Amino acid sequence: MLAAVNETVESVVIRFAGDSGDGMQLTGSQFTNTSALLGNDLATFPDFPAEIRAPIGTVAGVSGFQVHIGSSRIYTPGDSCDVLVVMNVAALKSNLRHLKKGGTIIANTDGFDAKNMRLAGVADDKNPLEDGSLEGYDVKKLDVTKITRAALTDSGLGVKEIDRCKNMFVLGLIYWMYHRPIENTVNFIESKFKKNPAVAEANVKVLKAGWNYGETTEAFASRYEVNKAKMDAGVYRGITGNVAATYGLIAASVKSELPLFLGSYPITPASDILHELSKYKNFGIKTFQAEDEIAAITSAIGAAFGGSLAITTSSGPGIALKTEAIGLATVLELPIVIVNVQRGGPSTGLPTKTEQADLLQAMYGRNGECPVAIVAAQSPTDCFDAAFEACRIAVEHMVPVFLLTDGYIANGSEPWKFPTTADLPTIKAAYSKPEDKKDGKFLPYERDEKLSRPWAIPGTPGLEHRIGGLEKQNGTGNISYDPANHEFMIHLRAEKIERIADYIPDQALDNGPEKGDLLILGWGGTYGALKTATRDLLAEGYSVAHAHLRHLNPMPKNLGNMLKNYKQVLIPELNSGQLIKIIRDKYFIDAKGLNKVQGLPFTTIEVKNKVKELISK
Amino acid sequence: MTILETSVNEKKLTSKDFVSDQEVRWCPGCGDYSILKQVQTVMPDLGRAREEFVFISGIGCSSRFPYYMETFGMHSIHGRATAIASGLKAARPDLSVWIVSGDGDSLSIGGNHTIHLLRRNFDVNMLVFNNQIYGLTKGQYSPTSEAGKITKSTPMGSIDHPFNPAALALGADGTFVARSMDRDPKHLQAILKRAYQHKGTSFVEIYQNCNVFNDGAFEIFTEKSSKKLETLFVEQGKPLIFGENNDKGIKLDGFKPVIVNLNEGHSANDLWIHDETDQVKANILARFFDSPEKEGHLPRPFGVFYTEDRPCYEDMMTHQLEEAASKGADLDKLIAGRETWIVN
Ligand SMILES: Cc1ncc(C[n+]2csc(CCOP(=O)(O)OP(=O)(O)O)c2C)c(N)n1
Ligand code: SF4
Ligand SMILES: [Mg+2]
Repeated sequence: MLAAVNETVESVVIRFAGDSGDGMQLTGSQFTNTSALLGNDLATFPDFPAEIRAPIGTVAGVSGFQVHIGSSRIYTPGDSCDVLVVMNVAALKSNLRHLKKGGTIIANTDGFDAKNMRLAGVADDKNPLEDGSLEGYDVKKLDVTKITRAALTDSGLGVKEIDRCKNMFVLGLIYWMYHRPIENTVNFIESKFKKNPAVAEANVKVLKAGWNYGETTEAFASRYEVNKAKMDAGVYRGITGNVAATYGLIAASVKSELPLFLGSYPITPASDILHELSKYKNFGIKTFQAEDEIAAITSAIGAAFGGSLAITTSSGPGIALKTEAIGLATVLELPIVIVNVQRGGPSTGLPTKTEQADLLQAMYGRNGECPVAIVAAQSPTDCFDAAFEACRIAVEHMVPVFLLTDGYIANGSEPWKFPTTADLPTIKAAYSKPEDKKDGKFLPYERDEKLSRPWAIPGTPGLEHRIGGLEKQNGTGNISYDPANHEFMIHLRAEKIERIADYIPDQALDNGPEKGDLLILGWGGTYGALKTATRDLLAEGYSVAHAHLRHLNPMPKNLGNMLKNYKQVLIPELNSGQLIKIIRDKYFIDAKGLNKVQGLPFTTIEVKNKVKELISK
Repeated sequence: MTILETSVNEKKLTSKDFVSDQEVRWCPGCGDYSILKQVQTVMPDLGRAREEFVFISGIGCSSRFPYYMETFGMHSIHGRATAIASGLKAARPDLSVWIVSGDGDSLSIGGNHTIHLLRRNFDVNMLVFNNQIYGLTKGQYSPTSEAGKITKSTPMGSIDHPFNPAALALGADGTFVARSMDRDPKHLQAILKRAYQHKGTSFVEIYQNCNVFNDGAFEIFTEKSSKKLETLFVEQGKPLIFGENNDKGIKLDGFKPVIVNLNEGHSANDLWIHDETDQVKANILARFFDSPEKEGHLPRPFGVFYTEDRPCYEDMMTHQLEEAASKGADLDKLIAGRETWIVN
């Protein structure tokens, strides 16, 4: 038998695809965890079907998981994959477009039988494994089902249980291909099936069978090494954006010493924040699954009035329902954080796909003139910092704050050099005290240097006061229909948001020269693609820089000057051009857009091509 | 604290202490004035510090209420007072939370939140000022307006079937359902106190006259001349008796209520004895809802129809939090998670 040839590669992208019931998410995350422990940098992205239980074997039921590992820094799950694992013909049909030309396909032949072909809507004589249509790809065919069953004939398990171990065979084989040890997964299996040792044993056996298949058959001529990445020293863990956002909110609760209240109504892709927060009642967190999004935000407003760090989480359609209440919170001048995990729209749109199309909704989408602060997260791990910052602004400035993330970073994961509690700043929150009365009067709409008003919570003797959505007289908070007062208050609320700019850091460049041909200005979840593109372009000698906005309202004070340092400004967005409208309006520059609204992230190539096109002009 | 302040605080509060400095702006003669007065009257008797009371309202004439109460208050947006109060009570179970709402606010735009408040049973008091009209928007029919009602938006008469708020509250598993009226101060005060004492959501429908857009909607129940004959004031453990000379009673014939004349050989012992804890009977009682114009109609009941002891949402929430607290709350541990690795 010939030993396989060893090759070292800088990075590799693997996509696991199969039926929803094939365990591809678990397979992918096990490969991810093991690679992280080996010191690779990485990024992942799951690709779930929109239907919960789409019929088995159909294209609608395909679930995918893409992981990008490397020995250099990795910022995206990869534009396309090097290796595509497909458990059935439907998975191949829907995922082939993600595979690089000449890439490797590992196909479970059992999933290409007549029945699967019919379910996937592929004609009998068009079996892609046999009709030559995959020419140019490196196709590895193996009957995973048959080998798994053979390995477990003596296990005493039923066929159904046996077939559920198939994914471990694939994982074992991929571990072998990429020189990964199986121990981490063995431990995982043993603890997961602690109560069912027979199932644990079967899974481990099949995992090993997969590894041994690579080792003993000659089907695989090459094995690959992906060395450790050079990452900052420290302790790491893997985390998805939604979990990171959750921890950011909890951290803000701890650092502000305010009890956290969440009012939420389930919606993809935001529900995981509700699920996560619901687990941590030990932190004094109260989660309220309301009857709709209106009750979700208004219950949070009630909790904010009562002195809580109030949060509401949703996605586009739910945010639309919260609109009127955001206006109320603006006039009440109570702190509240509205998390929008953006998805494709309008209406129900594309629930499981990503988009950045709610920026203008956050910015302007209310009646009257009703500015709120907006911060955006740029990557899965950054959701922690962005959530923390949103809470800080809300509480320290007594304003509603939008936190924008998106489905791509919410479900994507990456290694996180996580902070310790001691590293995090304190959030200064203070309720008014009985002695804050002046001359026997309490003024609920009195201003401090930030223009924010006092937070006088019920239960405080002597501070009884009424607030409401009718226009307020400054100072007293009494209802006022006075035209001059209304105009004054409209300007005051706007100025209050603008003044937040005095309390946020200057905009920094992420990469590139301080002056040059072109600045890529981004926001939100496109960070990884823009960062990778910039790195490549700089290496190719282009004069490009990249800045990524955390604060979208107000924007950092130095941004206008920064934009002037480049001959051109490119604003790539996963929408038809929203930030670009704000930038053009605010800074009168002829920014160029790169726009994509397919429910998919940018590829690095798309960004690079656009930059090259603009610079060569 | 100065000596003076201490003595002020220890003084028993009076109804004046609950009057804010804001000018009351309802139309002269509006039933809302009486309700405000009765609320301000009972407040001092509830034995709580003033700062612990919070009044939350939606939008409507009735929802101006919090501005006139010298307590904490919020005049919010149309229909959402119930949801705001839910969040406040969940966050702050220590407060006495009161919701003030109109028939449109609580049963039309806010109908959804109302039923969910009732089933969750937060310990709050919900006062629905039912004037069977949209007052603030100048007189369109409301979800409690009678069929056929002619208003600006129904020139040929309303074709909507009206809600029966008490029956709706029972249907949503409300644990305290009562009805009172603006024109009977004593009764209203008594019901308000009962509502406060009840642990759970207290739903109080208050018939309120809008003398501008729906004057006299409840006249037949409130005017001396017809009140005795057309209303039935129920009291725990007492037989259902009404009529000019307390000479009529209600008897149950199976599940069917029938009116009997006490002068015609029926004794009070044969009558339906009111039992607030009987859900089946409460449902029948709440359905005494015929138009007074209908031949042989039943009298309209007032009083507490139903009470039930059921755990409150916020108490169960607190309980779960206390139980979870034993796990400790270490942020560093939480953030680090179960699996970490070190990069040197
Ligand atoms: C979202 C919204 N829709 C409509 C209105 C207009 N509006 C204000 S009050 C009201 C009806 C009030 O009726 P009700 O709740 O019965 O209160 P009342 O004035 O009779 O006390 C309406 C339709 C509003 N303020 N907000
Ligand atoms: S319109 Fe009717 S309900 Fe409103 S204040 Fe006037 S009388 Fe009262
Ligand atoms: Mg009304």
